[in-house]
Amino acid sequence: MALPKYTEPHYRIWHYFYLFVCGCVFFFLIAPLFVIFPLSFNAEEFLVFTDGMKRLDPDAFSTRWYKDMVYGTKNPWGLAAKNSFIIAIFATIGSIILGTLAALGLSSRHMPYKGLIMATLISPMIVPLIISGVAIFFFMAKVGLAATHLGIILAHIILGTPFVVITVTATLSGFDHSITRAASSLGSNPFNTFMKITLPLILPGVISGGLFAFVTSFDEVVVVLFLAGLDNTTIPIQMWTGLREQLSPTILAVATCLIVLSVLILLTAELLRRRSERLRGINR
Amino acid sequence: MSSETQKILSTDGIPLEESLKKAEKKNKIKAFLLVTPLLLFLIITYIVPIADMFSRSIDDKMVTNMLPKTYKAMEQWDGKELPPEEVFEAFYLDYKILVKNKTAGKLQTQLNYEKNGFKSVLKKLARKQKKFEEGNYKEQIMEVHKRWRNVEYWRAIKRRAPAYTYSKYLKGVDMYSNEDGKIVQVAEDRRIHRILWSRTLEVAFFVTLFCFLMAYPIAHLLATLPMKYSNLLMICVLLPFWTSLLVRTASWMILLQQQGIVNDFFVWIGLVADDNRPEMMYNKTGTYVAMTQILLPFMVLPLYSVMKTISPSLMRAGKSLGATPAVAFFKVYFPLTIPGIGAGCLLVFILAIGYYITPALVGGASGTLISNQIAYHMKSTLDWSFASAMGLMLLTGVLVIYWIYNKLVGVDNIKLG
Repeated sequence: MALPKYTEPHYRIWHYFYLFVCGCVFFFLIAPLFVIFPLSFNAEEFLVFTDGMKRLDPDAFSTRWYKDMVYGTKNPWGLAAKNSFIIAIFATIGSIILGTLAALGLSSRHMPYKGLIMATLISPMIVPLIISGVAIFFFMAKVGLAATHLGIILAHIILGTPFVVITVTATLSGFDHSITRAASSLGSNPFNTFMKITLPLILPGVISGGLFAFVTSFDEVVVVLFLAGLDNTTIPIQMWTGLREQLSPTILAVATCLIVLSVLILLTAELLRRRSERLRGINR
Repeated sequence: MSSETQKILSTDGIPLEESLKKAEKKNKIKAFLLVTPLLLFLIITYIVPIADMFSRSIDDKMVTNMLPKTYKAMEQWDGKELPPEEVFEAFYLDYKILVKNKTAGKLQTQLNYEKNGFKSVLKKLARKQKKFEEGNYKEQIMEVHKRWRNVEYWRAIKRRAPAYTYSKYLKGVDMYSNEDGKIVQVAEDRRIHRILWSRTLEVAFFVTLFCFLMAYPIAHLLATLPMKYSNLLMICVLLPFWTSLLVRTASWMILLQQQGIVNDFFVWIGLVADDNRPEMMYNKTGTYVAMTQILLPFMVLPLYSVMKTISPSLMRAGKSLGATPAVAFFKVYFPLTIPGIGAGCLLVFILAIGYYITPALVGGASGTLISNQIAYHMKSTLDWSFASAMGLMLLTGVLVIYWIYNKLVGVDNIKLG
């Protein structure tokens, strides 16, 4: 942002100070993530930069913790990753189906008690996770679903649907309902209209809501801590245990993989957002 | 011509108004049916269990169910003097069953909460009662231990008669109902919960404040920069937002440890001595720093979306009318951003007040919050009714804030990404 030539000196100083503060905040936001990356290639078992690493000595770096993560004996990461993916995928599918249907209903002009219902559907996002965890645990224990995959999947559907409801409702806010009426008037049944007209148009919102639901499930630890048994361990649970007991560099290797995953998700979400804005004709 | 005949009819002869109403109703039902699956699912698996936490938190049937005969016999007793023979007999019969089923331990613990020293008395009775003879149980029980002659112990049993109690809520604010039924505070050195409540509020407040102070300038920068730069900088906000909470907490654990990079930096610039590195983790500092960084994106995004809509010409107009940049900012720009500030602050505050993972990992003993206490009672002491009571107290607070949020911003205005 270039300043005009006539800017007074004290304002100029103030402006550079402002940019400096912004720079510091951006650094504060992003820098902690980059600490993990080099340390996960540490050859030693310490979580600090060794002297060798500071000299950029190649011997001070190794991929042993990545090998440990994949091949290590009695390492729980394999099972945890499998469980995490299974649970997250099914929870995402469930959230998308329930959330999209609800968003379609909520966006209708005719919906009664819209505010109250919206507040109810969003509530899992607002209620502190610890309370959700306690309540869901009581329920799952009562119906015998504690320590099962199904129980955790259902719990994550509860936590994931608000995101789908919000994103799909937002996409539908710019939706031109006359095109579905046009489809009906041309003889299409409601199901076909939805599949051929509505869904393709709201798909970006559905997918980005699904991404939120996926990340929520994949990253969720509070509720799982209450629900999971030994067979249902997930990546967040293993990280939680590892961080509580002993910080080993293997955790940093896992963390690096998770950061790479989140970069991919971020890129997908960003592309979808732009596509959605283009489809809805919003040009900013 | 009467007004009746003026009504417009649709092709099938029904008045248009009626026909429209019918269609409207059909649409209403259609919309509602779409919402129904999720609504039912949430009500069954989520809303009802939360409501159920309430009944769990006031449930005190355990003792009532263990001593059914005793409480029936006690109905007549006024509690002034020692109870009559029937009560002693009923208590003996109830207790005998408990000892036989090996569940007497629970009763001993529960009654000991009510009256200190009850446990040993009951344990002795459990041993001796096997040799009891039929008849005159009052004498036989009083022979076992002299405390059975003390009416206080019988009153303690009677106090546990109601099947419902609000004592867990009192315990949550460090109060209890004493032997005379008055509500008093617990001893000063045992008032742990009030410290936790005030610390939770304090941490939530300051984290919100720090987030606001840091988010405002960068949201402003993001909103005023040309698109191609701001998109790039937006990644700095969105990448932490999408990254696992545990990963971010782990990175703070590495940064803040005593041999960590932050301490290295302080030593390097000469702020602290190498052999006197400050402890920055496992205390409140760690909680503040990590929570602020983790919750910052939740403040930036609502602020950004509001600032994006403010036209830059407003500031220019203010300045051209003679305002200094500072005056133009505070009189024109700042008031326009208040909706965003409200949204961001309430969102961050709500999230911070219920935070669990980060305080548990970097908080240590002096940095844990009310959520950690709830988890502790759920997992370690297994006092689920107390955990439920504390959870509901927290929930009430959050719902009040949520309600304000809804009034000010509206939940359907929440934007993500």
